[in-house]
Amino acid sequence: MDPLRQSPSPCSSRPSSPKTPPCEMLGYVGIEAVLDQLKIKAMKMGFEFNIMVVGQSGLGKSTMLNTLFKSKVWKCTLPGLAMPTPQTLQLKSVTHVIEEKGVKLKLTVTDTPGFGDQINNDKCWNPILGYINEQYERYLQEEILITRQRHIPDTRVHCCVYFVPPTGHCLRPLDIEFLQRLCRTVNVVPVIARADSLTLEEREAFRRRIQHNLRTHCIEVYPQKCFDEDINDRILNSKIRDRIPFAVVGADRQHLVNGRCVLGRKTKWGIIEVENMEHCEFPLLRDLLIRSHLQDLKDITHNVHYENYRVCRLNESHVLPHGPCWVNLAPTPPGPSVAPGPSKACRQAREDSDDNEDDY
Amino acid sequence: MDKEYVGFAALPNQLHRKSVKKGFDFTLMVAGESGLGKSTLINSLFLTNLYEDRHLPEASARLTQTLTIERRGVEIEEGGIKVKLTLVDTPGFGDSVDCSDCWLPVVRFIEEQFEQYLRDESGLNRKNIQDSRVHCCLYFISPFGRGLRPLDVAFLRAVHDKVNIIPVIAKADALMPKETQALKQRIRDQLKEEEINIYQFPDCDSDEDEDFKRQDAEMKESIPFAVVGSCEVVRDGGTRPVRGRRYSWGTVEVENPHHCDFLNLRRMLVQTHLQDLKEVTHDILYEGYRASCLQSLARPGARDRASRSKLSRQSATEIPLPMLPLAETEKLIREKDEELRRMQEMLEKMQAQMQQSQTQGEQSDAL
Repeated sequence: MDPLRQSPSPCSSRPSSPKTPPCEMLGYVGIEAVLDQLKIKAMKMGFEFNIMVVGQSGLGKSTMLNTLFKSKVWKCTLPGLAMPTPQTLQLKSVTHVIEEKGVKLKLTVTDTPGFGDQINNDKCWNPILGYINEQYERYLQEEILITRQRHIPDTRVHCCVYFVPPTGHCLRPLDIEFLQRLCRTVNVVPVIARADSLTLEEREAFRRRIQHNLRTHCIEVYPQKCFDEDINDRILNSKIRDRIPFAVVGADRQHLVNGRCVLGRKTKWGIIEVENMEHCEFPLLRDLLIRSHLQDLKDITHNVHYENYRVCRLNESHVLPHGPCWVNLAPTPPGPSVAPGPSKACRQAREDSDDNEDDY
Repeated sequence: MDKEYVGFAALPNQLHRKSVKKGFDFTLMVAGESGLGKSTLINSLFLTNLYEDRHLPEASARLTQTLTIERRGVEIEEGGIKVKLTLVDTPGFGDSVDCSDCWLPVVRFIEEQFEQYLRDESGLNRKNIQDSRVHCCLYFISPFGRGLRPLDVAFLRAVHDKVNIIPVIAKADALMPKETQALKQRIRDQLKEEEINIYQFPDCDSDEDEDFKRQDAEMKESIPFAVVGSCEVVRDGGTRPVRGRRYSWGTVEVENPHHCDFLNLRRMLVQTHLQDLKEVTHDILYEGYRASCLQSLARPGARDRASRSKLSRQSATEIPLPMLPLAETEKLIREKDEELRRMQEMLEKMQAQMQQSQTQGEQSDAL
């Protein structure tokens, strides 16, 4: 995986064709040192990651962000403080630069207070879709300039974590409406929020029902099946898909348990340890978002979702780029209608591989 | 001493015996979003399985679900006393994407029960009046919100003058102690701000001992009750079996006052205030409804309008309301009005006659 690749190759994360015949090496050349070069460059430049959290108020979104990145990324409010519910959905973004072992991460978190809190929540997903498309538009405008910046600032949302309230029954109509629309535009990772109110059996039953709901309504959440590239990916991602949605608990207070200092919630009947796999699945979420699939999230956003948006916009304005004189795209306001399903990109991938197979 | 002893000290016993023979009936409504543990709590409260045949709708079915009112009846017997408990459930409340006016069917249902009672009370045969009025509404508040949500406020505002409301914080095992306290305070503040009248537990008598008074005050302080429901018995090796929820980090005991307010709720709802709830429903809420209903009927100009609007409301709810009993009350009122008018006319005639005789007398005196 190379983090510096800027040129988009539609639908495939790996630009190299696997069908070129290998060549025998007669001695040590030192090609593997290219990995070190990439690493050094990446450390110098730093990484960017944009994450959005969506869910009703009180489901622990801010706490979860703080727990994920082990820092006060977002200020949490106690239920006692008089926080008036915002009348309309307002998106708020905050950017932090966090550093670990010399690696810098520019993290942008977007919160959506007011989502699903009103009596009438019809079309409450439109501001969110509008924001996501706005970021795609910004990137697109930078990309089509004559003199482009060396590194285009990436404000596109790489991952949207959707918090499902722990009712224990099944997905609510609001959840289904929102997920159906957003899965086509951005990588969505649903989680069962505040899972400390469900026992292990209730969690499993709830999870199975949610998975069934997602299948019935054709909602493809991250990691999407159609983007698995090889058998290893498929095995790894299948294991993840079996456990999605993760039942998570967030906490930003430390408590002493058996001599260790752990993040957790202290109740009168026990302490819920956030990083204990027997208590909740927060480690799985953290590993997915940060330790193993962060780059993949960015790749899919860039290669699939952004490309879909770009194709749509270009078709809309009926202008295809040719020659040095780039014509400005008709500035249509990016709306929720601009986003076909990922199936389009999927089909192209399959066609490509079919073509390759025919050739060889 | 025997001469001073009359014997009516035994009256409470007579009442007791009659009540036991008659049995009690109580109608309890539960309202709140789905998934807050309402059914589990009701089963825990009354230690029966009222929801055996319940079928939870699928997610696709919920997309087009509208609010329905379901009634379940069960007879519970304990210590020789029979209680006919009717449970009114409101599946579909707060589930849709657009919940505007989703509380109207509930309001209409409560008013219909009042109407039914009013009809029965004004009818000719009053021997077996069935009291189907809703005596208490347990409203479940989500522990995950920041207090009352807009939907909660709208619902409570619509029903607070028609039914006794007891708000409870559902699934309270999701909260840490500090969070519970903060949430309770926030809900109390919001109820005051929005001027919502919840059921006020009456003050204990002044002649009770200090201990009881302190307990009572503590219980009142813990409103809204933070409850956890469970019908499963957890047997942790070593400790005695308790009713609770077993997690991997510990077990929540439903009947432990340090863990949740379930015992308080059960005590106040069933053991001490069941009768008071019924009395408040009858004396205050029902009377208020009846007065406003009859007032709108009695005014002649407003009468036609009211009856027309009543008719349209009835046709909207599709209840074949027989016009006879209402017409009876109307007739009674009209007759009484007629009588009053006749009496007034007579009075005026008599006054006129008196005046005439007076003037005649004066004239004759003058002459």
